[in-house]
Amino acid sequence: MIAQHMPIIQIILPLMAAPVCLIIRHPHVVWIWAVAISLLCLPISVSLLMQVMDTGTIVYELGGWAAPWGIEYRIDTLNAFVLVIVSAIGAVVMPYARRSVEKEIPVSRIYIFYSMMLLCQTGLMGIAITGDAFNLFVFLEISSLSSYVLISFGTDRRALTAAYRYLIMGTIGATFYIIGVGFMYSATGSLNIHDLSTLIPEMAGSRTVQAALAFLTVGLGLKVALFPLHMWLPNAYTYAPSAVTVFLAATATKVAVYALIRVTYTIFGTVDFLDIVPARDLLMGMALIAMFVGSAVAIYQVNIKRMLAYSSVAQIGYMILGLSFDTVNGVAAGIIHLFNHAMMKGGLFMVLGAVMYRIGSVHLHDMAGLGKKMPLTMAAFVGGGLSLIGVPLTVGFVSKWYLIQAALEKGWWPVAALIVVSSLMAVIYVWRVVEVIYMKPAGQAAENATEAPMSLLIPTWVLIGAAVYFGIDATTTVDVAVAAAEALLGGAR
Amino acid sequence: MAFPGLLNYWLIIGLMMIGFYIVIAHGNLIKKIVGLNVFQVSVFLLYITMGKVEGGTAPILAEGITAYSNPLPHVLILTAIVVGVATTSLGLALVVRIRNAYGSIEEDELDVQDDRP
Repeated sequence: MIAQHMPIIQIILPLMAAPVCLIIRHPHVVWIWAVAISLLCLPISVSLLMQVMDTGTIVYELGGWAAPWGIEYRIDTLNAFVLVIVSAIGAVVMPYARRSVEKEIPVSRIYIFYSMMLLCQTGLMGIAITGDAFNLFVFLEISSLSSYVLISFGTDRRALTAAYRYLIMGTIGATFYIIGVGFMYSATGSLNIHDLSTLIPEMAGSRTVQAALAFLTVGLGLKVALFPLHMWLPNAYTYAPSAVTVFLAATATKVAVYALIRVTYTIFGTVDFLDIVPARDLLMGMALIAMFVGSAVAIYQVNIKRMLAYSSVAQIGYMILGLSFDTVNGVAAGIIHLFNHAMMKGGLFMVLGAVMYRIGSVHLHDMAGLGKKMPLTMAAFVGGGLSLIGVPLTVGFVSKWYLIQAALEKGWWPVAALIVVSSLMAVIYVWRVVEVIYMKPAGQAAENATEAPMSLLIPTWVLIGAAVYFGIDATTTVDVAVAAAEALLGGAR
Repeated sequence: MAFPGLLNYWLIIGLMMIGFYIVIAHGNLIKKIVGLNVFQVSVFLLYITMGKVEGGTAPILAEGITAYSNPLPHVLILTAIVVGVATTSLGLALVVRIRNAYGSIEEDELDVQDDRP
């Protein structure tokens, strides 16, 4: 009985739990509440994924109204996988948040923080689960509005301007998205994504539908932070509180990539765009530039949080590159990287949160000598860094392996070469940090540092450990990603 | 095509571009939000226009009326208006806090202050 309603419970649970935080108010109790909710969300999404893998797509009609009139939640392999990513990261970040938040956010505002975290998670999972294009917009705004608030919690006043700029850019992106949805609606009279996927291809020649694709791609591109629409990301990630950076870096852009996959492959999947606009070639070009510009700028950063933020811009490039191949292997590589990057970047930002907790700074020079002071934390950084580079036995290798394979399959060896070269750039920026933390003597800031507390260390190692585990035994993730990619491309070709 | 024709759409595009231009070109944080509002409102009008059925009345069931305008875009836009209000209020709240922290709401002055730590 209850199992049948799993899809809606997944969303209702954190949505209802968020306002409860405002009633509880006590910082510690609110934290326990938020942890409990996020831990409940994880088994639900895992069971949904298993159910989808066993029995195929789950369709849930909200209020019993049949689509396309009612809103339906439509869960296939791809969005079940994204749901697992978001809820897993949520379940790891919430326990981590307590110590980190105590240090970075005034006690009187902590309850708002957890309320916003839960709302943000609701929004992100809602984007993943919904089968309705306009409903997706509403969830997009729920997650965006709460993330603006979360970013503005940062201690530095630049967090405020970062949040403001993200608000402007994010709202433009979301508004572009509804313009696109509006055009699709006026052309087809439907908002249901599944319905649109059969109606849109018939009308591919119409200007309205073509304009819709342009607006949807640019709007979601802003949310994805695809080069050159990434301007909001570095400051937002740098000045947000550590726990927020972990959560957003690991989930927000990933979910936006998911939405982009839905638009380009589900709705417009069967449309042959090469006749109209080389949309996928454009995506590939931007992805390649992102890989290089992101990595190159990352090399010159002294604020390590900002360095990782630029590295995210580059990594998003890899995901979009995978999508632009338009083959099962390519799309699967993009989806695998979505999961892998969530783990490694989440873990790396958690390391920085622990550093922030101990020495109150994440500047390269202040981190000198931390290798001896905080050995376990820094070992996690090395683990995550190796994964970022794509060293064998880490998840980064698995994604790049599939990505290169997909490129070679198409005979695009220059693209494969570019992937390798940009990975070498990751070696440079990761090595800079490793060199300073292990080989330089401890400076003033790091002199009295001790190992991070267990409550920060364990979540960090859960993510870094997962990044190594799924690097050695990649069969599960690869199977899911390939199944998802086949489902996306299957119908058409 | 009769006189109004696509006039609505042209006006909406004009409004859209005005709003978008204000967001990009103005350095004043409040003006940017005003621009954002104009931009969003133009999209609301786009939806309303597209829901209008020629000769149709308000979608309320009544005797003797057969043509109704499409109510769905109206409902969608109600939701979008709520989202817009939330965005505006959050944006303005951030401007207040920026003003407290920096003593200014001009973008170039904020940049100058941030470059000089």
